[in-house]
Amino acid sequence: MAEADQKTGRESGSARSESLPKHEPPGYFEGESMTRRTALSVGVQAVGGVAGLAIVLPAVGFSLAPIFESPEENWEGVGPLDQFTPDSYKQAVITQVDGVGEIGKTTVYIRRGNTTFDEDPNEYIAISNRCAHLGCPVRFVAASNSFICPCHGGVYDFEGQVIGGPPVRPLDRFQTRVNGDQLEIGPRYSVTSQLEPVRARDPGAFTGGIWEYLYPPRPTTAPPP
Amino acid sequence: MQLIPGALRKPQKPGQGDGLGPADRAKEAPADLLGWVDERTGGSGFISYLLWRKVPKGTNWFYTLGSATLIAFVAQAVTGVFLAMFYTPSPTEAYASITHLTNDVFLGEFVRGMHKWGASVMIILIFLHMGRVFFFGAYKYPRELNWVIGVTLLILVMVMGLTGYLLPFDQRSYWATIVAMNITATGPVLGPYLADFLRAGAEFESSTLARFYAIHMLFVPGAIIALIGAHLYLVVKLGTTAPPWVRTEPSPKSVRERAVAAAGATNGVGTERS
Repeated sequence: MAEADQKTGRESGSARSESLPKHEPPGYFEGESMTRRTALSVGVQAVGGVAGLAIVLPAVGFSLAPIFESPEENWEGVGPLDQFTPDSYKQAVITQVDGVGEIGKTTVYIRRGNTTFDEDPNEYIAISNRCAHLGCPVRFVAASNSFICPCHGGVYDFEGQVIGGPPVRPLDRFQTRVNGDQLEIGPRYSVTSQLEPVRARDPGAFTGGIWEYLYPPRPTTAPPP
Repeated sequence: MQLIPGALRKPQKPGQGDGLGPADRAKEAPADLLGWVDERTGGSGFISYLLWRKVPKGTNWFYTLGSATLIAFVAQAVTGVFLAMFYTPSPTEAYASITHLTNDVFLGEFVRGMHKWGASVMIILIFLHMGRVFFFGAYKYPRELNWVIGVTLLILVMVMGLTGYLLPFDQRSYWATIVAMNITATGPVLGPYLADFLRAGAEFESSTLARFYAIHMLFVPGAIIALIGAHLYLVVKLGTTAPPWVRTEPSPKSVRERAVAAAGATNGVGTERS
């Protein structure tokens, strides 16, 4: 009906002269571009659309907001400096997420910088035990001087570089800083195959080169050191 | 006559009572009540349209797989409501609430077992139903849209499986979900953000479990119920297909069609509507 009214309203001059005479819609006046009925139905639908968006947009924004939140930097002490050596790793447990019990904790393997790998003897390396394949916990095996993942056979060398199995990049690391005679562990970061630091990636994501675009850095991770 | 509810019958003229005593009237009460509702909703027409449909020749037990899947879903929904009464979606309390439900609550282990095993039964029934539709060619015109709805339902049920797996919050469910989210994150470009969306951040945190719980018991079930409604509507509207080995018989021609065909044959003119 509304459409028919619209037609008569618009094409009042030409089309009507050929066909049968039609009634003017109520309230019609010469030269109007939109009938009252069309204007009202468009208006009502617009109001309904605004009401719908007022419900949907906040809900979508609310559920998507965590993607864009940047985390607080959390530094945690792991003990005096003199317990760490350049030749082997010392294990420590830090809390990454507060208030969620055991699952908020993660294991870190810490050592002093080793000159064989062109590292500063005064820096401290903290390697995450999160496997770069699918996130299972790896263990440092002193006998073979490597990190071994129990799930799918990923193997990493002393520096955390992949030497076997499915992992796609070296083990993640944590930022470290010295506070008096205490070592503190900070935010997680990932490394490329050349051990250059980048923002933390999820396990399974490649790093470096074109992969930086295919697995883009996320705002929820801390910037690399 | 007895089947027609009293309220729908032609009313008696005054002074011409139906001669029923109070006991007979009491017997009529259920029919009267149904008639009262039916008069105001027209529900009997809808229900008879739904239940007394014509089905093609050759309809067999394979055609019950869809209904079986529906019953499995209803069982999941009902048991899920009772599990939700005891479950706490908090990383520090979830496991304890599950063990309490399993070990202390009367029939708790049974209801949880129904929900857990029923989930697998539902997946199996879905695939059997899907196989029936595929091998009987029931996805073809005009039922393509119902196939698409069905596949969407399959995906939603798998989302239910993924989100439900985390809820017991033992070692198995935690690590399985970690792996699932890390696999999600390996999707190029959008994958990392999708994983952040599922976790509500870069790490598994307290709102992750609540998020999975809300998706599992509110968001996806609502979508599944709505789509099951659309699925059933199309089944009722379009009817079911005969199995492929049943040949269709041409419907008998009307008197007029036979006359037109005969006239066409004698005149040598092609029949217009053959």
